Amino acid sequence: MKGNEVIAEAAIRCGCDGYFGYPITPQSEIMETLMAREPWKETGMVVLQAESEIAAINMVYGAAACGKKAMTSSSSPGLSLKQEGLTYLAGAELPCLVVDVARGGPGLGTIQPAQSDYFQATRGGGHGDYHLLVLAPASVQEMNDFVALGFELAFKYRNPVMILADGVIGQMMEKVRLDDRVPRWSDEDIERISGEWALTGKKNERARHVVTSLELDSYKQEEFNHKLQAKYRRMETEDVRHEELSCDDADYIFVAYGSSARVCQKSVQLCREQGIKAGLFRPITLYPYPRLPLQALARRVKGFLAVEMSAGQMVDDVRLAVNATAPVEHFGRYGGVIPTPDEIVEALKKQIIKA
Amino acid sequence: MSVELKEIIKEENIVYRKTPALTGNVMHYCPGCSHGVVHKLIAEVVEEMGVRDKTIGVSPVGCSVLAYNYIDIDWTEAAHGRAPAVATGISRLHPGKFVFTYQGDGDLASIGTAEVMHACNRGENIVIIFVNNAIYGMTGGQMAPTTLVGQVTSTTPRGRDVKLNGFPMKITELLARLDGTGFVTRQAVHTPPAIRKAKNAIRKAFENTKKDKGTSFIEIVGTCSSGWKMTPVEANRWMVEKMFPEYPLGDIKDI
Ligand SMILES: Cc1ncc(C[n+]2csc(CCOP(=O)(O)OP(=O)(O)O)c2C)c(N)n1
Ligand code: SF4
Ligand SMILES: [Mg+2]
Repeated sequence: MKGNEVIAEAAIRCGCDGYFGYPITPQSEIMETLMAREPWKETGMVVLQAESEIAAINMVYGAAACGKKAMTSSSSPGLSLKQEGLTYLAGAELPCLVVDVARGGPGLGTIQPAQSDYFQATRGGGHGDYHLLVLAPASVQEMNDFVALGFELAFKYRNPVMILADGVIGQMMEKVRLDDRVPRWSDEDIERISGEWALTGKKNERARHVVTSLELDSYKQEEFNHKLQAKYRRMETEDVRHEELSCDDADYIFVAYGSSARVCQKSVQLCREQGIKAGLFRPITLYPYPRLPLQALARRVKGFLAVEMSAGQMVDDVRLAVNATAPVEHFGRYGGVIPTPDEIVEALKKQIIKA
Repeated sequence: MSVELKEIIKEENIVYRKTPALTGNVMHYCPGCSHGVVHKLIAEVVEEMGVRDKTIGVSPVGCSVLAYNYIDIDWTEAAHGRAPAVATGISRLHPGKFVFTYQGDGDLASIGTAEVMHACNRGENIVIIFVNNAIYGMTGGQMAPTTLVGQVTSTTPRGRDVKLNGFPMKITELLARLDGTGFVTRQAVHTPPAIRKAKNAIRKAFENTKKDKGTSFIEIVGTCSSGWKMTPVEANRWMVEKMFPEYPLGDIKDI
């Protein structure tokens, strides 16, 4: 199946309550697949084409405020428009899932794949001190897996979760094992899971629920920000994910996520064939970033090459983690261009090995 | 012959009481502001229909952002102008609930034009309460899309000039033209008869939700004494003389 189609299928199967989206290449198949599947007949899941990405994310906000599993998807220019909604979701502590199948920018840019949304994904993206929890799939299987995982984490932290994919992963066809169907949450489930805050209609025995990100008292707003920061620290201890390939004996390490990581797998193999002990460190959560395991590697390797389909965004996090313990360089192709395994190996030799 | 106060305050003498759907929190609105009256009417309607436990409100960005402090129901606050999209999300996933937005003219007719147009065009089964005071009250009295020609605001200090700023926007008439709206009306709350009519309109809008009659849209032409720099009495007079000719009261559509 195609990565985008798998997102749609996984959403239905994990009991998602509502999808709201606006067409944009290279991810339109997500909504198209949902519309063709008509999940409202099967599970009652709502699928609605909104008038804009702004409306779509605000529909997600409304659905999420009711304690429902709500999601949207888009690609880079659409993500820019969703940032307002995302900061409100984070500020109101609402769980939801956002999929970004990124393409090249800036501006209207290109419809070809890119990883230049890293900053807007991991730094919050909108105004205020907040973060999304960001998952970066590197296969169609992970497109499937991260939908259910994304909702789980979104509700664990009451925070928006983003799946940051790119045009390669979205359009790629691979074999995939789909999850078993999980029924949508009943009213009782929502009462049990989110009964303290969800909008379910004020019953006599409880106080009214108010979902808002407004706090006029700056001391209380600071206190709320402390709470958010504590939540992000908890993510850092409990939900950092990464994967290592041939790192145990490696002298040099490629750091790459998503489709860049797939290309780097081949580069590792090419290096090994040439007698260069290379490995691949693949962050799976981009926020929180797997800082500690990278730091541990930095103490014993000769250098890192951050490989991205961008002019250099994730490399900042590599540098922060490595903290000058070992050399860190960046190699990128961007604007919709995908790097080849060979040019990555050449870049490693030229920029890091330098022999 | 003198009458003791406690002889007057008796159950059988009570002709008016605060509806329990109002929280009792002291409202932050300026003297002469229309928002408080509109809140009261919504609270009364929800209480009288017995649907407090099924009603969800969406408050805007504007002076009425804190509406959730006053009406004792479940609420969410929406980003500036986005309330109709938020209400869409709620209503689609809670088909049996009474979902309404409460929005000012800047919120609904300027930054939120797209959201309100499309919610109405889809015929979302929601109620939209639109308080048009021809100004941005909350941010200190700047021009709104509904500001009258010649009206002085802090960003039109010499009066609204159509060459520069265009014309007062009659968004309510525009929305009435969309097939998705079922009931569209313009009301005011400046006199007891007007208040009764406005309340009937709100009641009808909520009843329409039960019948799934499309989007119900109620504009309330209101005052902003602070933004207009008038006393409450002057503001009411100005509203009747200047605003009603531009924004005539009455039902625009009722199917
Ligand atoms: C995105 C965004 N832009 C601007 C503002 C500032 N702002 C707050 S309220 C408001 C206008 C409110 O006017 P209106 O909707 O007419 O409500 P009123 O206060 O008159 O009831 C503006 C521009 C904001 N909060 N968010
Ligand atoms: S500024 Fe205007 S709209 Fe705001 S509370 Fe005062 S009178 Fe009401
Ligand atoms: Mg106003």
